[in-house]
Amino acid sequence: MSAVIDTHGHADHEGHGYQPSGLMRWVTTTNHKDIGTMYLWFSLIMLFVGGVLALTLRAELFQPGIQIVNPEFFNQLTTMHGLIMVFGAIMPAFVGFANWQIPMMIGAPDMAFARMNNWSFWLLPVAASLLVISFFVPGGAPAAGWTIYAPLSTQMGPGMDLGIFALHIMGASSIMGSINIVTTILNMRAPGMTLMKMPMFVWTWLITAYLLIAVMPVLAGAITMVLADRHFGTSFFNAAGGGDPVMFQHIFWFFGHPEVYIMILPAFGIISQVIPAFARKPLFGYASMVYATSSIAILSFIVWAHHMFTVGMPTAALLFFMYATMLIAVPTGVKVFNWLATMWKGSMTFETPMLFAVGFIFVFTMGGFTGLMLAIMPVDVQLQDTYYVVAHFHYVLVAGSLYAIFAGTYFWIPKWTGRMYDETLGKWHFWLSLVFFNITFFPMHFLGLAGMPRRIPDYASQFTEFNQIATVGAFGFGLSQLLFLYIVLKASVFARGEKTPARPWEGADTLEWTHLPSPAPYHSFHEQPEVK
Amino acid sequence: MSDRAQHYFVPPPSHWMIVGSFALLFMAGGAAMWFNGADLGRYGVLVGFALLAFMMFRWFGDVVRESEGGKYGKWEDVSFRWGMSWFIFSEVMFFAAFFGALFYARVLAVPDLGSLASRELLWPDFSAHWPSAGPGFKDPFTPMAAWGVPALNTLLLLTSGVTLTIAHFGMIEGKRTKLKLWLFLTIALGVTFLGFQIYEYSHAYSELNLKLSTGIYGTTFFMLTGFHGFHVTIGVIMLTTMLLRSIAGHFKPKQHFAFEAVAWYWHFVDVVWLLLFVFVYWV
Repeated sequence: MSAVIDTHGHADHEGHGYQPSGLMRWVTTTNHKDIGTMYLWFSLIMLFVGGVLALTLRAELFQPGIQIVNPEFFNQLTTMHGLIMVFGAIMPAFVGFANWQIPMMIGAPDMAFARMNNWSFWLLPVAASLLVISFFVPGGAPAAGWTIYAPLSTQMGPGMDLGIFALHIMGASSIMGSINIVTTILNMRAPGMTLMKMPMFVWTWLITAYLLIAVMPVLAGAITMVLADRHFGTSFFNAAGGGDPVMFQHIFWFFGHPEVYIMILPAFGIISQVIPAFARKPLFGYASMVYATSSIAILSFIVWAHHMFTVGMPTAALLFFMYATMLIAVPTGVKVFNWLATMWKGSMTFETPMLFAVGFIFVFTMGGFTGLMLAIMPVDVQLQDTYYVVAHFHYVLVAGSLYAIFAGTYFWIPKWTGRMYDETLGKWHFWLSLVFFNITFFPMHFLGLAGMPRRIPDYASQFTEFNQIATVGAFGFGLSQLLFLYIVLKASVFARGEKTPARPWEGADTLEWTHLPSPAPYHSFHEQPEVK
Repeated sequence: MSDRAQHYFVPPPSHWMIVGSFALLFMAGGAAMWFNGADLGRYGVLVGFALLAFMMFRWFGDVVRESEGGKYGKWEDVSFRWGMSWFIFSEVMFFAAFFGALFYARVLAVPDLGSLASRELLWPDFSAHWPSAGPGFKDPFTPMAAWGVPALNTLLLLTSGVTLTIAHFGMIEGKRTKLKLWLFLTIALGVTFLGFQIYEYSHAYSELNLKLSTGIYGTTFFMLTGFHGFHVTIGVIMLTTMLLRSIAGHFKPKQHFAFEAVAWYWHFVDVVWLLLFVFVYWV
C-alpha cells in the first residue's frame, strides 16, 4: 500500500493542480465559499418551491368550501410546505451563511473537514428529490403535518417512507455540517481570537451546531421507530402492544423544540452583526448576549411538552413546562434590549440590511409575545391547533428567521460578489415584504382567537373576510420575493451594480471586512491574521 | 493552537461525495419500494449499499494516503479529535432516543394501560407488569434471561476493552507484534459477541416465542440490542481496518489517531452495552 501512497498521493491529487471546471467544479468542490453559495441557492429555490405550495393553500382558503384542491391534497401541501421550508429553506440558508462567513470571520483558511462539507450539501438535493418524488407515488406525499405524529404517520402510504428517508438524509447532512462547524470554530480561529472575542454570529452558530448534534439523532430515532412500526411489526406507538402514540410526540418535540432555536439563533447572530455595523457602535452587552444564547439553548431541552398541553399530562408536568417555557422570555428579552441599547445614541443609517434588522426586532418581538401567550397553559388549551398558532410561528419564522436571512444577504452580498446590491430595489423589497407579511399573518391572530382550526381546507363563513385579506397578503408577499431574486441575480450572476471597496459598511469591523478585499478571494487566510 | 506557521491541509476537489449521495438515493428509493412490496427495490438497496461501501473505501483511502504521506500535523489532528468526539456524542443521543422510549414504556405507557380508567374503558383483563407485550397481545412468550448468554457477552465486551487498551500500549511502545496480537484478540472477542447475539436471537425466535412483533417488550428488546449489534458490527469492521493498516506498517507511536478514534468508538459501544445489560436484560 505504501507504494501506492508515493505514486498517487503526490502527483495528480496534490495542491491546486486538480481544479475541474463547469458543473464538476461544483460537484467536487471542497471550497467553503463554493459550498456556501450552493447552500444559499438551494435554499432560495426551496423557498420558492415551499412558497408555491403555501400560495396554493392560501388560494384554496380564499373562500369557504372546496375550490382548487381536494382535502387530501391540501393536507399534503401543508405537510410539504412545512417540511420544505424548515429543512429545505431556512436551515440550509443558515448553513450557507455559516459556510461563507465563519471561516472568514475567524480567520480560517477553510472549514475543518472540507470533503465532508461537500457531502453535507450534496445530500440535500437527494433528500429534496425524495420529497418531490413522494407526490407521485400511490397515496401521495406525507400528509400528517410536518410533525408526522403517530398514528397518522404509521398508517400512510409509501409517500411517508420517502418522507422518512428524506428526513434521515437531511439529518445526516445536518449532523455532518454541524460537526464541521463546531470543529472549525473550536480549532481554527486566528491566533488571539479567544472565544469571548468571536463575532456574535460565530457564537450563535457554535451553539446552534451543538443543538443540532444533540437533537438530530433523536429525530432520526423517532422516525426510525415510525418506520419500524409501519413495516416491521413493532409497537412503539401502538397501545394494543403496550406502546403509546403520545410517546411519539414526546420524542419528536424533544427534537422539535431545540429545532425551533436552531432556526432562530443564527438569525440572532446575523442581527447582532448588522445592528452594530449600522449604529456604528459596538454590540451592547456582548458577554450577556453569549450567556443569553447559551441559556436559550439549555432551556430549549426542558420545554418540549408545551407543544402538547392538550394531549393529557399530569398537572405537575403542565405547570413545569409552562414555567420553564416562560423562563425563555428572560434571555430572549436580554437580547432584544441589547439590540435596542446598541442602537441607542448610535449614529444610525438605514440601508436595506438595517431596515430588515430593525423590522426583525419589531415583528419578531410580536411573535415572541404571542409565544408567551401560548405558553400560558390554560390559554393554550383554547388556542391549540388554531390559526393563532399559525400566526405565532410565522411571526417568528418568517419575520424572524427569513428577515434575518434577507438582512444577512444584503449585508454580505458586497463581500460575496464584489458588487453592491441595488439599494432602491432593496428598500422596496423590505417595505413590500413588511407590509404584505403583516397583511398575511396579522389577521390570522383574529382567526385563531375566534376558533378557526389550522390544517383544514374549508371553514365556517364568518371567517371569510380575514382569510381573504390573508390570501391577498400572501400573494403580495410571494410576488415581492421575485424582487429579491432579481436583486440577488443582478449582484451575483449578472455582476451588475457598482463595485464595492473591501469595507463598504464603515461600521463593520469583523475580519472579512478589515482583512479581505471584495469579492473575497477564492482562498482566504492561508496565513492567519493576528487578532489583538 | 501552537504551530500556526504551518498551513492547514485543505484537500483538493474530490469525486467520492457525489457517489455517496447517489448511494443514499438508491438505498432510500430502493428501501421505500421494497418495504411497500415492490421486490425490485431490493436491488436498489443492494446497488446503493455497494456504492456506499465503494465510496467510503475510496474516500477513507484518500485520507489514509494523506495521513501516511505526512499531510496532517498537530493542527489537523485536533480537528479529527473534535470531529470524532462530536460524532460519538451524536451517537449517544441516538441511543438516548431509544432508551427514552424504553423508559417511557416501562414507567408511563404500560402502567397507564393497566390503570383503572384504562381497564374500565378498554382492556379489563390487562395487568401491567414488565415485561409486557401490551393488552392486545395474547401469545405467551418468555422474556430473555440476563444471566446466561447476555452475562457472557458482557464479559466478552469488557474483556475486549482491556485487550484493545493493551494493543494501544503496544502501539505507543512501538511493539508492533504486541499491537497486532492484542488487536486481533479484540476483533475475535467482538466477533464472538456477535455470534452469541445471533444465537440468542434465534433462541428467542425458536424457543421463547420472543419476536420483534412481541408487543413493546419485543420491540424495545430487539430494536435496542439490534442497533447495538449493528454498532458492534461497524466497530469490528473498523478494528479490522486498523489491524490491516497495522500489518501494512501504518501508524507511528505518537501519531495514530485513526486507531484512537476506533478505540473511543469501541469503548462507547461497550458503555452502551452495559446500559443495555442493566435496563433491557436485568432489572
